[in-house]
Amino acid sequence: MRSDVHAAPVVAPTAGDALPGDAGGPPPSTPLPRPGRERRRRRTTRGLLVALLVVLSVPFVFPTWWMASSSLKPMSEILRIPPTVFPETVSWAAYADVFRLQPFAQQYWNSLYIAVAVTLGTILVASMAGYAFARIRFPGANALFVLVLVGLLVPSEVTIVPLFRMVNSLGLIDTHWPLVIVPIFGAPSVLATFIMRQFFLGLPRELEEAGRMDGLGRWGIFWRIAFPLASPAVAAVAIFTFLKSWNLYLEPIVYLSSRENFTLPQALTQYVDAYGGPMWNVQLAATTLTVLPVLLVFLFAQRQFVQGLAHSGLKG
Amino acid sequence: MSTPLATAEPRQRTLRRRGSATRRDHLVGYAMIAPQVLGAVAFVLVPLIAVAWYSLHEWNVLANTFVFAGADNYDRMLSDPALRDSLMASLVFSIGLVVLNVSLALLLAVLLNQKLPGTTTFRTFFFSPVVVSLVAWTIVWSFLLQDDGGINGFLASLGVEGPNWLRNEGTAMLAVIVVQVFKNVGLNMILFLAALQSVPEEIQEAARIDGAGAWRRFRSIVLPLISPTILLVSILTIVGSLEVFAQIAVLTGGGPGNSTTVLVYFLYQQAFRFNDFGYASAISVLLFVIVLALTLIQWQTRKRWVFDEV
Repeated sequence: MRSDVHAAPVVAPTAGDALPGDAGGPPPSTPLPRPGRERRRRRTTRGLLVALLVVLSVPFVFPTWWMASSSLKPMSEILRIPPTVFPETVSWAAYADVFRLQPFAQQYWNSLYIAVAVTLGTILVASMAGYAFARIRFPGANALFVLVLVGLLVPSEVTIVPLFRMVNSLGLIDTHWPLVIVPIFGAPSVLATFIMRQFFLGLPRELEEAGRMDGLGRWGIFWRIAFPLASPAVAAVAIFTFLKSWNLYLEPIVYLSSRENFTLPQALTQYVDAYGGPMWNVQLAATTLTVLPVLLVFLFAQRQFVQGLAHSGLKG
Repeated sequence: MSTPLATAEPRQRTLRRRGSATRRDHLVGYAMIAPQVLGAVAFVLVPLIAVAWYSLHEWNVLANTFVFAGADNYDRMLSDPALRDSLMASLVFSIGLVVLNVSLALLLAVLLNQKLPGTTTFRTFFFSPVVVSLVAWTIVWSFLLQDDGGINGFLASLGVEGPNWLRNEGTAMLAVIVVQVFKNVGLNMILFLAALQSVPEEIQEAARIDGAGAWRRFRSIVLPLISPTILLVSILTIVGSLEVFAQIAVLTGGGPGNSTTVLVYFLYQQAFRFNDFGYASAISVLLFVIVLALTLIQWQTRKRWVFDEV
């Protein structure tokens, strides 16, 4: 509909301007006068565009490759000029150091269980609230929804000082509680609630009527009918919530102080030598271990990832 | 809602039953929103009010002082050259990021929309950094960008001597911006791709028959039609850019000098390096006001423009 409105005024001047045959183009009445040459030119253009795409891919793909290949190089090779694309001698020493220098397995587990807990908790909290805001007309619903939406306006950095104080006075510094509880109930879950509400608003009411006929109460309708139907929205919420928690950096470095409590992003930066310089091969080995699993899952569930993250990017 | 029923005598009983059913329904509703509402109050609203209150105090955690100071912290902000520098750094970062990010995202989206061979693979390539852990991505780039790193190694093999990208005041900010662009441009690319695919083929076809070249068609037809998306994506990118922290912490630590100390990093330093929670709170309020203004602009734009959601 929108395009119809714009179509006429947009196309008209184009048609007028282009009439004097530019570049010896064929008149519109004869569609395919010299098919061979035309097709060859098309093919060259397309070839050039593909070449451009290949060049543009380099900064996106090369760092990941460089990370993995450098993590297998011995220290003597890692900074050699000119750099070697494939490791000349494959060394797994850096991987052993990753676990020797820090409780890396523990840190890995910390990040994993925190992200899983935050994801499950957020799905529950957000789908319940999203459903109720979309479907149940209780007094004050609008005011309460606006109150919740304030969470979309407040970047987590703004509230880090008061939250630190809150966590500190509760004696929860250097524990994982703030990294689990605040995202599930606070600002980060508001976006999830918003997305779930949008989804439930679009769900046909007739589906719920059937459940009501069968004698289901409101909770039964939500839990047995609406929630299972919401799996696309839940998948989107799960993906961006998991990645957000997995990538969290400011909060862990503010709240956590002992190594065995660190999360991965924080741990990655800790592989430094006695002079504070980074131990590159160890750091890159730890980074590879952090990145590869997520990247593999992404390759298998691309569509869900792209949709889920595009949703969160648009804020609904 | 149930008032019309009340007039009919025989329906009196149904009404009462429905009344209690409605009440029960409402109770279920309140129970279902309770975790989110209480969480938003406890972890968003209360902290937001608290940070405004703290910003009116002289509060040093180490010295254990908490004294009401009126607008002192705000006065200090006005005359603090370091804050001015950090606002400048944020401005440079945000503008550089939005310009590079949006134009590259648009270029990639247009290329992927040409139905070329291997499009799906390229889309995967461009999107993949989005799912890579931010700190991991940043560490790899700091490895590549260091003085004797891969990029200068590559430049050396071409006979060019590259600068020490992250330790040079002229290049540090540019390096941070570029690293961030490659990390997240895939997201904007997807949003643009969706917008491009909603541009009807027939209009383009009509223009082609009328003899409009590819560039002309893009500029006169496609660009006007997707401009609402461009505007929205730009604002979202700016809002996101204000929250940049991990990249700065890992790549430059705010340096060299304070050339890459953006607002959030400055806030972090004041609070957790210098323990000046009062001043940090005032900076938090400033950050909130900026983000609020931008978000309101974004909501206004969304209301005014019709555009296609993904």
